[in-house]
Amino acid sequence: MIHSRNLPFVTTLGIFVIAYALCILQFPNMLSTRVIGNLLTDNAFLGIAAVGMTFVILSGGIDLSIGSVIAFTSVFVAVMVGSLGVHPLAAFAAVLVISTLFGSLMGAMIRYLGIPPFVVTLAGMFLARGAAYLISTQSVPISHEMIDTIQSFYFRIPGGGRLTALAMLMLLVFIIGAFVAGRTRFGANVYAIGGSEQSAELMGVPVGPTTIGIYALSGFLSGLSGIAYTLYTSSGYSLATVGVELDAIAAVVIGGTLLTGGVGLVAGTFVGILIQGLIQTYIVFDGTLSSWWTKIVIGILLFIFIVLQRGIIWYSNRRLAEGRLREV
Amino acid sequence: MSDSYSLLEARGIGKAFLGITALDGVDFSLERGEIHALLGENGAGKSTLIKILTGVYSRDRGTMHLDGSDVTPASVAEAQALGIGTVYQEVNLLENLTVAENLFLGRQPHRFGLIDRREMRQRSKTLLARYGLDIDVDALLSSYSVAVRQIVAIARAVDLSGKVLVLDEPTASLDSHEVEMLFSVLRRLREEGLGIIIITHFLNQVYAIADRVTVLRNGRLVGTRKLSELPQLELISMMLGRELQHITREHQAQEETVAATAEAPIRFAGYGKRGSVAPFDLDIRPGEVVGIAGLLGSGRTETAFLLFGIDRADSGTATIDNQPVSLSSPEAAIVNGFGFCPEERKTDGIIGDFSVADNIALALQARQGWAKPISSREKQALAESFIKSLDIRPPDPERPIKFLSGGNQQKAILARWLATEPRLLILDEPTRGIDIGAHAEILKMIERLCSEGMSLVVISSELEELTAVAHRVIVLSDRRHVAELSGDALTADNIMQAIATSARTEAA
Repeated sequence: MIHSRNLPFVTTLGIFVIAYALCILQFPNMLSTRVIGNLLTDNAFLGIAAVGMTFVILSGGIDLSIGSVIAFTSVFVAVMVGSLGVHPLAAFAAVLVISTLFGSLMGAMIRYLGIPPFVVTLAGMFLARGAAYLISTQSVPISHEMIDTIQSFYFRIPGGGRLTALAMLMLLVFIIGAFVAGRTRFGANVYAIGGSEQSAELMGVPVGPTTIGIYALSGFLSGLSGIAYTLYTSSGYSLATVGVELDAIAAVVIGGTLLTGGVGLVAGTFVGILIQGLIQTYIVFDGTLSSWWTKIVIGILLFIFIVLQRGIIWYSNRRLAEGRLREV
Repeated sequence: MSDSYSLLEARGIGKAFLGITALDGVDFSLERGEIHALLGENGAGKSTLIKILTGVYSRDRGTMHLDGSDVTPASVAEAQALGIGTVYQEVNLLENLTVAENLFLGRQPHRFGLIDRREMRQRSKTLLARYGLDIDVDALLSSYSVAVRQIVAIARAVDLSGKVLVLDEPTASLDSHEVEMLFSVLRRLREEGLGIIIITHFLNQVYAIADRVTVLRNGRLVGTRKLSELPQLELISMMLGRELQHITREHQAQEETVAATAEAPIRFAGYGKRGSVAPFDLDIRPGEVVGIAGLLGSGRTETAFLLFGIDRADSGTATIDNQPVSLSSPEAAIVNGFGFCPEERKTDGIIGDFSVADNIALALQARQGWAKPISSREKQALAESFIKSLDIRPPDPERPIKFLSGGNQQKAILARWLATEPRLLILDEPTRGIDIGAHAEILKMIERLCSEGMSLVVISSELEELTAVAHRVIVLSDRRHVAELSGDALTADNIMQAIATSARTEAA
C-alpha cells in the first residue's frame, strides 16, 4: 500500500512518465540517451541547488539566497582562476568555505534572533548579489587546463548519450542527499523540525545546531551549484542565475515536498528537475514555442500540486475523523 | 534504606512571572508506584508546577529532590535524563513521522553510520507490545487515533526516563473506552514502580485511577490527601474554596421579585450543540444576573460560545422579544445586542498593540458596519468618558493596551461592550488574574449595570463571587445543565452538592 505521505511523489513520477510518453509519441527522437544525457547536464547546477532547497523546505523554511550565491560563486571562481591565476581546486575550496559559512550565518540568525527565514535569506540574496557585483560587473571568461579537462570528460552511454562530469556530480549529490535525509539522525531531525519545531524541541531534538546545519548545507550546495554553473558556461557573470531559487523551489514542490515542511523526498526533487528539463526539451524539439512556455507549464504544475497537497491533507483528516467516529 | 525518602520531593516551590506570583511555596511529593492527581482550576498553578518539575521553567525558590538527591533540571532533555518524562496534552509527538520514528527520534539505532530502520522497527514493535499495542509502526502517527498516539507518547516517555511520568490532561479528548485502555496501561506502570503525576479535571477519573491528590488554588497548596479517605464533596470544596459559607447577599432579595415577574425577552429553548453542550433552556430577564457554575471542562465556556454565536447551535431556538433570531456568528450576536468578554483576555480579548481608545471603539465600529467609520474625535470622546466612568488607569486613551494591568485591560474590554449599549453581556471569568481592588470594582460594576436594566451572564469558578452577584445560578457538570439554584437555595454549598451529586451518578 502507498502511504499517503508518498502519494505526492508517486503522482509526480506518474506525471513525468505520462508526459515523457506523450512527448515521445509526438517526437520519437526524444526517446534517446542523448536527450536524457543533455537534460541532466543542462540542469545539473539547478539540481544541486534544489537538493539544498529540499532540506530547507523540509524543515519548514525557505532559502531565497541560492541564485545570488550561485552568481557570486561563479564570478568569484572566474576572477580567481581567470584573472588572478589561482589553481581551480584552491578557488573551489575557498568558495565552498565562504558559501557554507554564509549559510551557517543565516541559519544562526534564523534560530537565535528568531527572524523568519524569508527575511533573513532575502537579505542574504541582496548581500550575495551585491558582493558579486563588487567583484566584477563584467562577464569574466575562464580557461584553465583542468577546467577544460573536467568539461570534456564524459562516459559514453549506449545509444550515443553522454554522461558528463556535471551530470554525475548532480546524481551523486542527489544520492548522498537522499541518504542524509532518509537514513541519518540529521535527516530525521530535519523532518521533525518541519513537523513542529516546538514538539521537536520538547522531544530533545537539537533544534539550534540542526537549523544552522540545514542552511549551511544549502549554502554549501549553492556554492557547489555555482561551481557547476561556472564549468557549464566557462565564465562568471554577476547578473546570471537571477531567480534560480524560484526554479529550485518549484522543483521541490513539484517533487511532492510540502511547502509547510515535514513531508517530502529528495528523490521527488529529482523528478521535479526532470519534469522541468522535459518541458525545456519539448520546446526545443517543437521549435516554434517561446521559451516562456516553460514558465507557464511550471506555473500550472505548481498550482496542480498545491491543490493536490491540500486535497491529501483534507482527505487524510477526514479519514481520521471517520475512523474515530467508527471507534465510538 | 533507599525507600526512606520519596521518589520526588519538592518543597516550598515559588515562581513569579513579571512580578505576578504563579506559585507560592508549594510542597509536592510523589512515591514510587503511586498515581498522584494534581487538581486545580485554570490559573491555579498546576501547569507552572509541572513545568518546573519537568525542566521547562526554572524555579525562583524551593528545593527539589529526586531519589534523595538534589536536582535542578534546566531543560526538558535534562529532566528526561534524570528520569522525569512528560506527555503534554497538545504539543506531543510529530504527526508527520511514523510511529517508529517518533519512538526513536534522537536515539535511533545505528549501523555503519546510518539509521538501522529494521532494528528500529523491531524494537518499536517490542516496546509497544508491552503496552498491548500491535500496530504497523511504519505507518504515520497521524493515521492513528488520539488514544493510540497517547500510548505511543507514554511508551516513549517511559522508555526515555523511567522514574517519573507526568501526564497533562491525558484524557481530555478520549472516549470512555479509550480512557479505560489508558488507565490499564497506567496501572501496569504503577505496578512496575513508576511514579505517575496526572493532571485532569474529571473527578470520577481521579477517583478511578489515583492514590493521592494534591489541590492547588491561586498558586497556593490547598492540601494533599489520600483519595480513599476523601469524600468527593470535600474535594470539590478544596478546589473551589471552602471559606464560602457566610456570604452576604444584600442586594438580591428585592430585585429577585422584580426579575421573576418580568417577562423574559431573551429566551433559549432546547439550545445545544453536539459534543459541546447538551440542549438547555435559558430565559434571561432584564436586570438579571445569571451565574454559570461548574468545574473546569464542564461546559462553562462552551455555553458562552453558544450564546454569543462563536459556536453554532445544532439544536433549539433563540428568541428575542418573541422574534426568532439566528445567532450564527458573533457579528449576528452583536447586532442583536449581545456582548462577550472572553476568558482568555490576552489572546481573545484585547488587541495588544492597539491603543486603549481603539480597543474600546472596536465593538461599536463592528456594530455600525465598516462603511461608517467612527471619527477619531468621537473615538477620543468615547474613550475619555469610559476611562473616567470606569476609572481606567493610566487615563491615557492613546497608550497601547498591552501596557495596562490585567484589571484595567478588563475594564477597557467592558467599556468596549458598554459602548454598544448591549442588552445582554456575557462575562467569562471576569475577575481572573486581576488584583483585589479591581476585582471589587468589577463586581460593583456588574451590580450597577443590572440595576440599569442590562442582563448579564456571569461565568466564574469563584463560587463566592457567583453567589454574591447572581440572582440565579445554573450548575453545569459534564457539559449538561444539572441544576438551577435561586433565592435561599443559592449557596456555595448547594452548588458544590449539585456538582458532586451529578458526578456520582455518572460514575455509578
